[in-house]
Amino acid sequence: MAQSIRDQVAIVGIGQTAFGKGLADSELSLACQAISTALDDAAIAPGEVDGLASYTMELNREVDVARNVGLGDLTFFSQVGYGGGAGCGTVLQAAMAIATGQCHVAVAWRARKRAAKTSRPWAQVPARLADHWQWSRPFGLLRPVDEVAMLARRYLYEYGGSRDQLANVALAFRKHANRNPAATMYDKPLSREEYLNARWISEPLCLFDNCLETDGALAIVLAPAERAVDLPHRPVLVHAAAQGLPRQHQTMINYFNDDPLEGPSWAAARQLWRGAEFGPAEVKVAQIYDAFSPLVPLSLEGYGFCGRGEGGAFTEGGALEWPDGRLPTNTSGGGMSEAYVHGFNLVLEGVRQMRGTSTSQVDGADTCLVTSGEGVPTSALLLRN
Amino acid sequence: METGFVLPDLEAEDTAEFWAACQRGELVVQECAGCGRWRFPPRPMCPHCRSLEVRWVATSGRATVWSFVVPHPPLLPAYGELAPYNVVVVALDEDATIRMVGNLVATPEGPINEVDPTTIEIGEPVRVVFASVEDVMLPRWMRAPKG
Ligand SMILES: [Zn+2]
Repeated sequence: MAQSIRDQVAIVGIGQTAFGKGLADSELSLACQAISTALDDAAIAPGEVDGLASYTMELNREVDVARNVGLGDLTFFSQVGYGGGAGCGTVLQAAMAIATGQCHVAVAWRARKRAAKTSRPWAQVPARLADHWQWSRPFGLLRPVDEVAMLARRYLYEYGGSRDQLANVALAFRKHANRNPAATMYDKPLSREEYLNARWISEPLCLFDNCLETDGALAIVLAPAERAVDLPHRPVLVHAAAQGLPRQHQTMINYFNDDPLEGPSWAAARQLWRGAEFGPAEVKVAQIYDAFSPLVPLSLEGYGFCGRGEGGAFTEGGALEWPDGRLPTNTSGGGMSEAYVHGFNLVLEGVRQMRGTSTSQVDGADTCLVTSGEGVPTSALLLRN
Repeated sequence: METGFVLPDLEAEDTAEFWAACQRGELVVQECAGCGRWRFPPRPMCPHCRSLEVRWVATSGRATVWSFVVPHPPLLPAYGELAPYNVVVVALDEDATIRMVGNLVATPEGPINEVDPTTIEIGEPVRVVFASVEDVMLPRWMRAPKG
């Protein structure tokens, strides 16, 4: 059988734009700026790039990105579906392409002007629904937050969880953002009282259970591990990676199977750990997709940091907080407090932790889990240095 | 009378029969003609035996609340005017893994914001009713006596 991708490919460059609302630059310009910065960070010339990977929801086409940044002849370009589930999958596909010789230097990126109201997919519903949304939207279950809140209510009911546990998630990530000057919420502390008194968005979820609305772009550069040793930064190896689309899953409205609370994370996790030389207990720091706070306890369970129903309790005692928590998580602030760029900022923070350059650097961190969206067909990465 | 709701396409090949049954006041699911299993939402092939043959069977219309949410703005205008309202997922009495999204209402044609959301309980029994919205009959749910 074919080789494994384990440790064969490294992330050698990272780049990002400023994060904000209503940024003046176009989405294409933002993408090109992030990619250009990442190439400079890697000390690799644009003409060497022969592979690209991004999201199906990415609006910038490969042809336009390549014509602006001055990329070389592309021999691999792929897109991964399902919105926030795609992030780690783009890295996986780029790494597979390099490991199998389909390309030699790859860029993965995501650029988005999310804060534009028209970019919200739920605001663009057609007149009549012929797809799976006909089973939820006519009843006023319209937005991702409503769809996740439905699972969250059931989760809290089945396992006796509390809003305090969801607050643990929001507050931990905010504390990390308060240490990260690039984060949208850098100078905005959040108290438990503010969380508990915040306005509802979709009960049982309040404003602070939601990710930010962000304009911005991020990119990474991947190259063979043996080349990475000659490049400026400490190589960050893609140790293992996986996608996960479990049987009988329905994206976002996963109510129509035997066990809706066992989501895509479980399927991705089985493949991820099969490809790894270590397990959850050896993970020093995690970047967990957090479009909505309940996705974090669900993902903690799915990736095996605790058992079914224990994800809420796992968050207690500052477990997710730098520096002393048992699993410092979303150390740049995540989607809830740094920026929401479909989870791609989590990949870059994973790289910074492995380089030792995070603003909330975990001492001796040599392994990092990065995940993409729970509740949609997903993906995950294990990084090591 | 609600206007501006997001509504289903009543003529899509795989799902038209469900909505047609709603017009008759029936809540139906697909029963596989090959293996007899029920499935919802409707789809062309049975994932157990790959049969394309189905019978559309009427359910009892009895269910229990599996979960619920209470959306608040910002929402599409037609829904925002009614917010906060409830959205429920119910599990059918005949097969608790057959679930449907709907609304809990106080009367069959009543608005979706009439039931006090603080009184909704997971596990409470409900029965289907149908509400006309434009040319669609939407299945909704009313509280039912236990048992
Ligand atoms: Zn069958």
